[in-house]
Amino acid sequence: MLTLSPFYHDLLSALNQGLLMSVALIVPSACGGVLIGIVAGTIRAFGQPWMRKIGDFYAALFRGTPLVVQLFILYFGLPNLGIYLSPYSAAVIGFILCSAAYQSEYIRGALLSIKKGQYLGAQALGFSTRQTLQSIIVPQAIRRALHGCGNEIIYLIKYSSLAYIVTCMELTGEGKTIATEYFRFTEVFAVIAVYYLILVSLAMLALKKIEKLLYIPGFGRN
Amino acid sequence: MNNAAAPTVPILQAENLSKSFSGQRILKGVSVGLGRGEIKILIGPSGGGKSTLLQCLNCLVLPDEGSISLSGQVIDLHDKKNLYQLRQQVGMIFQDFNLFDHLNALDNITIALRKVRKISRSQAQERAMLELEQVGLGNKAELYPAQLSGGQKQRVAIARALAMDPQVLLLDEPTSALDPELIGEVIAVIRTLAGKGMTMLMATHQISLISNLADEILFMEAGVIVEQGEPAQLLCPGCGSKSVGFCERLSEIADGDGTC
Repeated sequence: MLTLSPFYHDLLSALNQGLLMSVALIVPSACGGVLIGIVAGTIRAFGQPWMRKIGDFYAALFRGTPLVVQLFILYFGLPNLGIYLSPYSAAVIGFILCSAAYQSEYIRGALLSIKKGQYLGAQALGFSTRQTLQSIIVPQAIRRALHGCGNEIIYLIKYSSLAYIVTCMELTGEGKTIATEYFRFTEVFAVIAVYYLILVSLAMLALKKIEKLLYIPGFGRN
Repeated sequence: MNNAAAPTVPILQAENLSKSFSGQRILKGVSVGLGRGEIKILIGPSGGGKSTLLQCLNCLVLPDEGSISLSGQVIDLHDKKNLYQLRQQVGMIFQDFNLFDHLNALDNITIALRKVRKISRSQAQERAMLELEQVGLGNKAELYPAQLSGGQKQRVAIARALAMDPQVLLLDEPTSALDPELIGEVIAVIRTLAGKGMTMLMATHQISLISNLADEILFMEAGVIVEQGEPAQLLCPGCGSKSVGFCERLSEIADGDGTC
């Protein structure tokens, strides 16, 4: 039976607990980010002019300000307006809004890259605009956006570490507590890095799977 | 060949269509009518407005002026539902096929049947297979557009249009984007359609189609139909029509591919 020194014992149990919180942050944030990103991206590409303006403003705001500032405003600023968020909700909401802003850009780019002939082909068969988008354009755009969206999810996994600054104790936060306690920063952060590396590798594997699942000749690899 | 007598009410009738793009008048009051089973062929120099006319006829491009009627009923060009219905009745074949890139040959056909005609999946598949077999592609149903040759793509596009049971088929240079050795298979399909009495309006530079299939030739130039008549009239050697000159030049290019 392998016995660990008290330091490593404390570190691993803290990090494992933090890992659970990290996963609990990342999964809903990634899903929410993709979903809202698809909606926002579609509006920004094809919405009425006033809707596009709102979408563009949203993307500019959340891509244009640091995530830390956004989280601070959600957690420390909103109580001034009488809105109290738990650390966890503040972090997830912040991540979703930030991630979706980036995702919307990938989606928008993919939507606009679909050739005009695809619209004409659908219109000529009597498709309505909504049917054309839903059945023809979006399924193609998703495949074109896949790599960008995956990239953003990998980013999200790493910036989820910012949750600890609004006191949501995830991987980095738990580790930092141990590091301060034992004053052994190098080892602690090295181990944290390995945890993130594993998380990202798993995400990359999952993305590869999805890529394979959605593969169609003519899209992506040959 | 098709020898249907011109019926009293044309299936598709367009009156006085005009269209401008950024200030330039592409169509200048064009009228054209198609009786059941009639085949009319649009010829003329590039940029003359052939494509725009065809796209106006099923409202992929909305005409600025003029009216379109289907079986005697005037289409309200500002009512979307009306337009969707018109397009189901008036099929369109494009120069560059416009197959849906993310769907295989079979689903390219079934998706319109299911989404637009609201036919069940199994019935749609049955119908789609039937149409694919008609164009000789029953064994390519599972292949995606990226895996098909140009001629096969165009045949799938034709099968897709036919599955909607259109009353009229508009063809916009259906063979122009094809390699010479692939043109034949598409022409064969179009000939079969003609034999079955399909009503068609086709823009083409394919000399063999023009002289053999046309009930009437429309020569279009600078947004106007400048000559109109039966091939025998317009294409008789030495009659001095623009059409005969145009076709002679096409034949020279096609290097004896057919005679005008």
